Amino acid sequence: MTDVPVLALRGVTKTFPGVTALDGVHLSLFAGQVTALIGENGAGKSTLVKTLTGIYRPDGGSIEIDGVPVRFATAQDAGAAGITAIHQETVLFDELTVAENIYIGHAPRTRFGLIDTARMMREARSLLASIGATLDPATRLRDLGIASKHLVAIARALSIDARVVIMDEPTAALSQKEIEELYALVATLKAQGKAILFISHKFDEIFRIADRYTVFRDGQFVGDGLMADVDQDQLVQMMVGRSVDRVFPPRTHSPGAELLKVVGYCHPTEFADITFTLRQGEILGFYGLIGAGRSELMQALFGITKPSKGVCRIDDRISVIRSPADAIAAGIVYVPEDRGRQGAITALPIFQNVTLPSLRRTSRHGFLRMAEEFTLARTYTERLDLRAASLDQDVGNLSGGNQQKVVIAKWLATQPRVIILDEPTKGIDIGSKAAVHAFMAELAAAGLSVIMVSSEIPEVMGMSDRVIVMREGRMVAELAGAALTPQALVRHAAGIGADKTKVAA
Amino acid sequence: MTFLRSREAVLTGALLVLLALIATRFPGFIAPANLAAVFNDTAPLIILALGQMVVILTRCIDLSVAANLALCGMVAALLNVAFPGLPVVVIVAAVTALGAALGAVNGLLVWKVGIPPIVVTLGTLTIFRGVIFLISDGAWVNAHQMTDPFKALPRSALLGLPVMSWCAIAVIVGTAVLVWRTALGRSFYAVGGNPHAAVYTGIDVGRTQFTAFVLSGALAGLTGYLWVARYAVAYVDIAAGFELDVIAACVIGGIGIAGGIGSVGGAVLGALFLGVIKNALPVVDISPFWQMAISGAAIITAVILNSRTRRAKGRLILRQTEGHA
Repeated sequence: MTDVPVLALRGVTKTFPGVTALDGVHLSLFAGQVTALIGENGAGKSTLVKTLTGIYRPDGGSIEIDGVPVRFATAQDAGAAGITAIHQETVLFDELTVAENIYIGHAPRTRFGLIDTARMMREARSLLASIGATLDPATRLRDLGIASKHLVAIARALSIDARVVIMDEPTAALSQKEIEELYALVATLKAQGKAILFISHKFDEIFRIADRYTVFRDGQFVGDGLMADVDQDQLVQMMVGRSVDRVFPPRTHSPGAELLKVVGYCHPTEFADITFTLRQGEILGFYGLIGAGRSELMQALFGITKPSKGVCRIDDRISVIRSPADAIAAGIVYVPEDRGRQGAITALPIFQNVTLPSLRRTSRHGFLRMAEEFTLARTYTERLDLRAASLDQDVGNLSGGNQQKVVIAKWLATQPRVIILDEPTKGIDIGSKAAVHAFMAELAAAGLSVIMVSSEIPEVMGMSDRVIVMREGRMVAELAGAALTPQALVRHAAGIGADKTKVAA
Repeated sequence: MTFLRSREAVLTGALLVLLALIATRFPGFIAPANLAAVFNDTAPLIILALGQMVVILTRCIDLSVAANLALCGMVAALLNVAFPGLPVVVIVAAVTALGAALGAVNGLLVWKVGIPPIVVTLGTLTIFRGVIFLISDGAWVNAHQMTDPFKALPRSALLGLPVMSWCAIAVIVGTAVLVWRTALGRSFYAVGGNPHAAVYTGIDVGRTQFTAFVLSGALAGLTGYLWVARYAVAYVDIAAGFELDVIAACVIGGIGIAGGIGSVGGAVLGALFLGVIKNALPVVDISPFWQMAISGAAIITAVILNSRTRRAKGRLILRQTEGHA
């Protein structure tokens, strides 16, 4: 059973400018076995999947199939070698039929080189039947639910005779019943002798379906072995590792009086029963797995989506925030995660970007005053040490880091009381991270209250005065001081020890 | 902004070259009085192009401007026929308001119902033309049915220029102030440049687009009166197809059809460029088909210039995503 692995990675390294995403990692997948890949967000799992499927080429190390070293120049090469991935968001075509989706790119042909529709339907039907799916191959994909789309993606994977199936958080978007069906399917694939790499954050399902595990942390290989030989605590310990050795700025100021109180925020589908307080000069961390409802909650706080219930109070004024304009007026600003798309307006000059939410202050009798705008923009861009030839320059001509400074300057110029930072350091290199952290500490010291949504444990631990953990749209824990440990964060976020967390929710 | 400035410089240069070429064949064309006449003739195009510019800035398009113009023009003529005693100023105010209301219909459908602007205005274009037929029974309103003051206003001279030209100048100044010196003007650019970011900045994207349609509609209503009074005739098909000239003027003027980019100067120069071609080619004895070919070539040249600048921007974004992965 455990002779030669179907697929093995030996010492694979992948670096990006400023970041080492994979640092000499090992991974072995065996026929007829499910290997769970476990690691925090940012541990390098997605990079690994892209390396395995030929999207990235490794900078070092080797990939072996049946013990023979191979090189994937393109995604097609990886497909031809029998490696296929089913992604978090399935990459399929909504307007095509199930059969067309399964066979797109390698459809059976007639003698004349045209697509043999009848044969395609027939083969699709038998393929779907082999994985226990009762879908009609002629159905259009957009008429199917997410779970059925997954089945189509899996059928597509099998249609190219895959030997290795990579499933990247396949249950993240599924209901409980659909998850059961997926487990049954994984069992079927196992019985057919496929090697399966199963990426998941959910410990209960890892223990239920995986035979082996491999743990990554910060792009490094930590350990692997048989599931039978470990328990949850050992896995958590491996994921989290020992102490955080990154340096965070010292926090000398202690939080002041209560500034913001959020009571009973509920949303029909995304979150429920959110109640918390935020004190002046405090950094409040929000930790959770991706999809725990943190960003959705922040968007509701900022008035982009409306909660169905709940109020918030700033100082002693009760506010109902119905729009971003209300939020800005109340002193709440939100720096979104996707700063490229949601941050700067690249066709406008720097000063106009900075003053955009503050135009009421720079205008008189409804007319804008350019001089005031320049003054305001200069004040805040200088504070952030923005490097630009002129404030009249279009933001589109700035580097990514400087664009980010423009976005932050824009928000500071509104003189907010509460600033919500959604994944403030996601995707930036370590040097810039330190700068962002120092800046956050500075804001808090200046009396601004910061809400930081972060999926990185070191950042949450190093920066927050207090941390709220969310899982599946609910607050499951509030941790501070000695109770704030990496183990506690992971346990609450992943739902280990479900009895305790139910009481807390 | 530097690019926009240079775009205007390029357009001004092209316009001067065009005038110089025409002057070699027909020197009388560049006499100040004639240029003033060309400007006056182009006034409706300038006014509508400015309204259209604001709409395009917000990532929308208004195909219904010419139909709106025709409907408002017809209503103005019918009002004049039915109530000859009604002061012309009241008629102008009424049809401008009507145009704004028609624009508001477009805007509401885009804002509240969420239909793509091209579909909305294609629909209302047809509806507006149909309504003209209904209210006029398909009949023409001719010069002899209109009162003299009604017909005289656009032509009456003020400081050496006809009122029609002054209207265009007023709209140019008004739009320039709106776009450059008000928060609303700034939000047109923000909404078109990056709607997602605009939302996070507290700008209501739908409401801003709605306002743009209302403005475009109001200007179409005003132009409706000017058009009907100047040509002293109103019928179902006036200004048929004129919306394409308006959009062409915007494109030539460097208004990015994807939104967020454009200037008042560009729109005005784009309209003047078309106006000069239209007025000059017949005088220098070039067939109207050449006129169409030249307009078409100008549009394509403008689009190439636009897309080249956009490509450079795309490369920047790519580099960013690469570092991001």
